[in-house]
Amino acid sequence: MKIKQDQSRFRQIVRGQIKQNLRKFISKGELIGRQGKETISIPLPQIDIPRFRYGTRNSGGVGQGEGDVGDPVQQGGDPNQPGQGKKAGEMPGEHAIEADVNLEELAEILGEELELPLIQPRGEKQIATERDKYSGIRRVGPESLRHFKRTYREALKRQIASGTYTRENPIIVPIRDDKRFRSWKTTTIPQSNAVIIYMMDVSGSMGDEQKEIVRIESFWIDAWLRSQYKGLQSRYIIHDATAREVDAHTFFHTRESGGTMISSAYRLAQRIIEEEYPKEQWNIYPFHFSDGDNWSQDDTARCMQILREYMLPTCNVFCYGQVESPYGSGQFMKDLEQEFPDDERIILSEIRDKDGIVGSIKEFLGKGR
Amino acid sequence: MKIGRNLPPELAALQEEIEGYARGYGLDFFPQIFEVLDYDQINQVAAYGGFPIRYPHWRFGMDYERLSKGYEYGLQKIYEMVINNNPCYAYLLESNSYIDQKIVMAHVYAHNDFFKNNEYFKHTNRRMIDEMANHAIRVRRYIDRYGLEEVETFLDVCLSLDNLIDYYSPYFEDMKLEDDEDDGIAQEIPKFRVEKEYMHEYINPDWFLDEQRRKMDKEKESRRRFPRRAVKDVLWFLSNYAPLTSWQRDVLAIIREESYYFAPQGQTKILNEGWASFWHSTILTKKAAKDSEIIDFAIAHSGVVATSREQLNPYKLGIELLRDIEERWDKGRFGKEYDECDDMRTRTSWDRQLGLGREKIFQVRKIYNDVNFIDEFLTQDFCERHGLFGFDYNRSTGRYEISTRDFKQIKEKLLFQLTNFGQPFIYVLDANFENRAELLLGHRHEGVDLRLDYAKAVLENIHKLWKRPTHVSTRMDNKGRLLSFDGKEHHMREFEYVEFSG
Repeated sequence: MKIKQDQSRFRQIVRGQIKQNLRKFISKGELIGRQGKETISIPLPQIDIPRFRYGTRNSGGVGQGEGDVGDPVQQGGDPNQPGQGKKAGEMPGEHAIEADVNLEELAEILGEELELPLIQPRGEKQIATERDKYSGIRRVGPESLRHFKRTYREALKRQIASGTYTRENPIIVPIRDDKRFRSWKTTTIPQSNAVIIYMMDVSGSMGDEQKEIVRIESFWIDAWLRSQYKGLQSRYIIHDATAREVDAHTFFHTRESGGTMISSAYRLAQRIIEEEYPKEQWNIYPFHFSDGDNWSQDDTARCMQILREYMLPTCNVFCYGQVESPYGSGQFMKDLEQEFPDDERIILSEIRDKDGIVGSIKEFLGKGR
Repeated sequence: MKIGRNLPPELAALQEEIEGYARGYGLDFFPQIFEVLDYDQINQVAAYGGFPIRYPHWRFGMDYERLSKGYEYGLQKIYEMVINNNPCYAYLLESNSYIDQKIVMAHVYAHNDFFKNNEYFKHTNRRMIDEMANHAIRVRRYIDRYGLEEVETFLDVCLSLDNLIDYYSPYFEDMKLEDDEDDGIAQEIPKFRVEKEYMHEYINPDWFLDEQRRKMDKEKESRRRFPRRAVKDVLWFLSNYAPLTSWQRDVLAIIREESYYFAPQGQTKILNEGWASFWHSTILTKKAAKDSEIIDFAIAHSGVVATSREQLNPYKLGIELLRDIEERWDKGRFGKEYDECDDMRTRTSWDRQLGLGREKIFQVRKIYNDVNFIDEFLTQDFCERHGLFGFDYNRSTGRYEISTRDFKQIKEKLLFQLTNFGQPFIYVLDANFENRAELLLGHRHEGVDLRLDYAKAVLENIHKLWKRPTHVSTRMDNKGRLLSFDGKEHHMREFEYVEFSG
């Protein structure tokens, strides 16, 4: 259908791939639907072609129903969208809408939105997985792998050649030499693996809002990296004065309190990498989120040492995100800047509030490493 | 140009039956062709504004997506679609029930009759299905030659101007701008009166006369305004006078033609839908519906004429007004005597048994559009009976509130919404603004300001055609304003707002 082309064109515009000039006229229309008893709204981007028209605020309109002067026209609902004079055409009942997007598409959209480059896996770090594939034929093998068709064909050929085949009584009896068996070939498939190690400071100074920011940000980072690597693994570490590995749920829900020793988390991350993710085979992405408060300068020095001697040479890139909090000093970031000026292997990002998340994701992933 | 399937035998028989009823009631229509479409096809056709083939443009894709999603989520479906064309095409949704198809067919025959007979459709192209396909071919050819991006971007520009047409111009002869004449400007150089001949060279010295001559030339020059009269059909003006390449001119002409084709449907929405609803309910209840179907009919019909507080339903308003008219003319409730009667009892029992109702509504469908239909037949009685109200935005509460129950104000509001499609009046005022070949448009202010961000975007688009700075004069917050776009930046300055008319 020709209209599918128009549709994909429209989607490209919505995603911002083409026609940037139209983007400011994209409105977030929505479709109110029902799922069981619940009302759900499905957002549907609509693009308004700009035309000379009246500002809606001062026009008003005519409606029908009960009510006195001064009563609101709409009971509940969105007061910003009164009935606009609809355009012609013989189409009864139009509403707004859209769109079922799965996570993969979301990541794709995110990538386009933020103009994230495709990540190039590190060449020498590709590991080869071996796969057995039953694609060959052998003359010997177990009965369970006998290739019936081939065996039949061989037997038929032999019987015709030797004249024992008769059309009237087409019985084929294979003998040992006729038998053919499936056999496997081993192929190697290059595969790139990646692991993300999320580290979060859960000391007393990290409030719920800060954790919310970390949660949202790591979700999107996860979504993006997953779209880039098959078999992505995630590990979660939380730390205050000591560090421990936790599952994803705990990672996002714990609130600890106490002091902060960042080095404890780095040391744990180092151990995990050393034990399970040899750098020749894995793309490694440690992300550390904190409010930038560390217990002591001594500990900070220890962190720097771990970073310099182990993390940076081992990992694809080391990401540090600093969430602004009313209690944190934000000193750690300054220390990092001082220690590693202009080092490409480390990315620092400051996240002021929820609105800063998008920019921060871009800072982390925008380099395509 | 067939896209759907022919009617299955039971629907073909139904068509014959319904057509018979319609003819029996005196409806007069083009040959009617029905096709059966599945939901995906009908969504496509609906996105194309009812046509099987249109030129490629993303907004059709947007509409298609919206319709499809709406259908898939079970929130809406399109029952029927009918095209103003000879023969008249209409599409039936495959999954409709038999009774639905009955209603739709009856509805369609009335639309068909309306298309054929209503005065405002008189100048529409009755071969529009073919014409649309031609347009598609032309645009595709340009796309092949100049690239999708280029042509589509130009279409975007044209579409943002497609409401700038003159809805009444089809009733005039070909538009021509009269040649400039120097009428009304003094031909002689003005001099001071001289009593005595010998004083002449002292009172009117040569340098003074030269200055006067220069002044006069300048005056002449400035009077040579182009166009001489404000032009409402901005699209026409641009396609004639903007520096466009020939393919651009053609695309602009295509958009303009389609805009004019659709215009009457917008101008007669209430009357047309009212007429169709009037007839489907009449045909179904009096003739077509079996006893066992009447409940299903009632459910479907009540869905069509459901009312809402935020927006008048044109189907409902139209059918009720037509019924009201029919009753009034049947009983003779019109004219001086009835209007001046202020005794409620006499009025409610007023019945002269004239039986003119049917005749009257056929006349109404012939010569009215929404504006004069409402203007003439929306009465205070009707307004009260149907609980109409006017609403406005209340700045202090931040919501829309019922602002009036007064008949006059309601009617005024309604008419305002309908006049010019409820869109601002924009004219070309001067194509040589400031004597620099800049384009000046004028917004005739009718009490409501323009939406600023959209106006700016449209100016940018006009600039893409005119290729010189463009301006629109308007009023904002009761002050004259000139919005300008010079190709790079927008400006707004105070400007004397001059009343004008086309």
